[in-house]
Amino acid sequence: MQTQPATAATLSVEETTEVCRLTVGGRWERADQRPQWSPAPGAAFRRVEVVVTPLERWDGSLVIFLGEVRRLCEKRGWPLAVQGLPAGIPPALVQVQPPPARTNGYTWPWLSEIGLATRKLGYDLRDYARFLGNCTIGFGQLLLRPAHFRWVDCFGQMQQCGALGLPIIGLISFLVGVIMAYQSAVLLRQFGADIYVADLVGLGVVREMGPMMAAVVVAGRTGAAFAAEIGNMKANEEIDALETLGLSPVRFLVLPRLLALQLMMPLLALYANALGVLGGLLVAWGLLDLPPITYWIETKGVLDLSDLGTGLFKSVVFGGLIGLAGCLRGLQADRSAAGVGKAATSAVVTSILCVIVADAVFAVVFNILGL
Amino acid sequence: MDTNAAAPAIDVQGLECRQGERTILHDVTFSVAKGELFFVIGGSGCGKSTLLKHLIGLLPVAAGRIAYFGRDFTTAGPAARREMQKSFGVSYQYGALWSSMTLAENVALPLQEHTTLTADERREIVRWKLAQVGLSGSEDQYPSEVSGGMRKRAAIARALALDPQIIFFDEPAAGLDPITSRSLDRLILEIRDNLHTTMVIVSHELPSILGIADRAILLHRDVQGILAEGAPRQLLAESTDPRVHEFLAPEDVTAAPRSP
Repeated sequence: MQTQPATAATLSVEETTEVCRLTVGGRWERADQRPQWSPAPGAAFRRVEVVVTPLERWDGSLVIFLGEVRRLCEKRGWPLAVQGLPAGIPPALVQVQPPPARTNGYTWPWLSEIGLATRKLGYDLRDYARFLGNCTIGFGQLLLRPAHFRWVDCFGQMQQCGALGLPIIGLISFLVGVIMAYQSAVLLRQFGADIYVADLVGLGVVREMGPMMAAVVVAGRTGAAFAAEIGNMKANEEIDALETLGLSPVRFLVLPRLLALQLMMPLLALYANALGVLGGLLVAWGLLDLPPITYWIETKGVLDLSDLGTGLFKSVVFGGLIGLAGCLRGLQADRSAAGVGKAATSAVVTSILCVIVADAVFAVVFNILGL
Repeated sequence: MDTNAAAPAIDVQGLECRQGERTILHDVTFSVAKGELFFVIGGSGCGKSTLLKHLIGLLPVAAGRIAYFGRDFTTAGPAARREMQKSFGVSYQYGALWSSMTLAENVALPLQEHTTLTADERREIVRWKLAQVGLSGSEDQYPSEVSGGMRKRAAIARALALDPQIIFFDEPAAGLDPITSRSLDRLILEIRDNLHTTMVIVSHELPSILGIADRAILLHRDVQGILAEGAPRQLLAESTDPRVHEFLAPEDVTAAPRSP
């Protein structure tokens, strides 16, 4: 066989008023220059014919060219016929189709969008109600038959969300204490009221920032982990396997996690309080030359049990909200890798949102109650 | 749970299966005798797995009736349903073993939850069930540490844990090589012969279908329901429907006419 000199892709265009005939030949390769067909803007053909003569070689560049021709014909409304299409390019690829109507099949698409969204909201609310109901029933059963509860899972989760979270919660609370002390020190020193740094940091940390920072870190660490783990179990049909064995996923997966979080959150908040106060104390000592013992006595004087109690009570509620959001998002996850990722993201967003809203509600309620 | 000795193990009448808004199957009627090795076969997307999920109660039934041993499953209350579910074993497509537990713990969990056996008694049963599927010695391994075939076997052991009267298999051969898949078929036959368990197997593996099935229903997209019912070899020999042959006849791919 004789090697031929490489011929480039060729395109010859014959235009009459009726027909535009494009003859394609030579050797079509992606790396080479591809011929272009650009009909005059005012051209009006009855139809367009593409004739593909036997080609030496061809690849994706021919497909791209034919696609360009097809799109042009679609735009200008010319029927297109292709002759001699190489085997390997499905004919459907070069058929001119009318542009698809961009609707969802209803007369007023926006109205039906609203309707569908409303109905989805209804289904979501029903799911939330059912989930909360199942959790309540589960807690009832836990109280009636504590021996039947999966304590081993619960202890494992307590270790995961409690003990293993101590370093990061400690660091963040300590830094929050430092920041609050710095901010207040700059202001209070102007009035010679240095000692009130202790009051400000103590109250701020114990009533608000300690429980809040603990909740935010736990939402990011543990809420996301719950959603990802349960979502992955769902994708893997493990939840189905529980259900067909007559075991309730809520009792089995949700309750141990929920209880673990609610038991650990107050302890974490207490720990966050301590580290926050310590941060304030060190700043006051270093920056304002306030002796630690003075700072400590001032802090003890300003705090009473209701400050501590409200903070801890809030943290129990925060723990419940984070656990519920994480587990619910996990159970709702799509059965795919992307679905699990979305569930984890959504769990963190939902739980932080719930925690902040709950905190605002508590602020108002505690103010009314005078706590 | 043997309320009616004469009733078939599974009796499905006029079942309609929906997934969300879409009707996948309608008017599905069949029954499975006790101890039968029954296959649900068909191409991808014909609704085999959806039918299975309806049978085991994971999806709500839109219309029709499912009865096990003469007891109605569709209208049973939640407690009765859970009770009936305990008499099924289900082996899922990818095993669905609980990944945070060892193989032994996986098999032990149904026993722990539904029986009054002591820990020592449970351990004996678990050893026996795992030995039955050829997994002695792998008790303390986690699902992620064993091969796909072993995971399938462990899932069967878990499905056997409560000595069920019916076992459902979702694509037992999915993702397995032909040798492992054949050994799994042999295992299924053995269990049926030894324990007289009724088996319902969702599959599209021709060798298994032609090899071990007593009877099968062939689902098809076009009819949204059962296209043919009978012993697979008999169907292959006697059916005149080209769609049945298309599915069951082992065809040479290179000899097939090229689609335009």
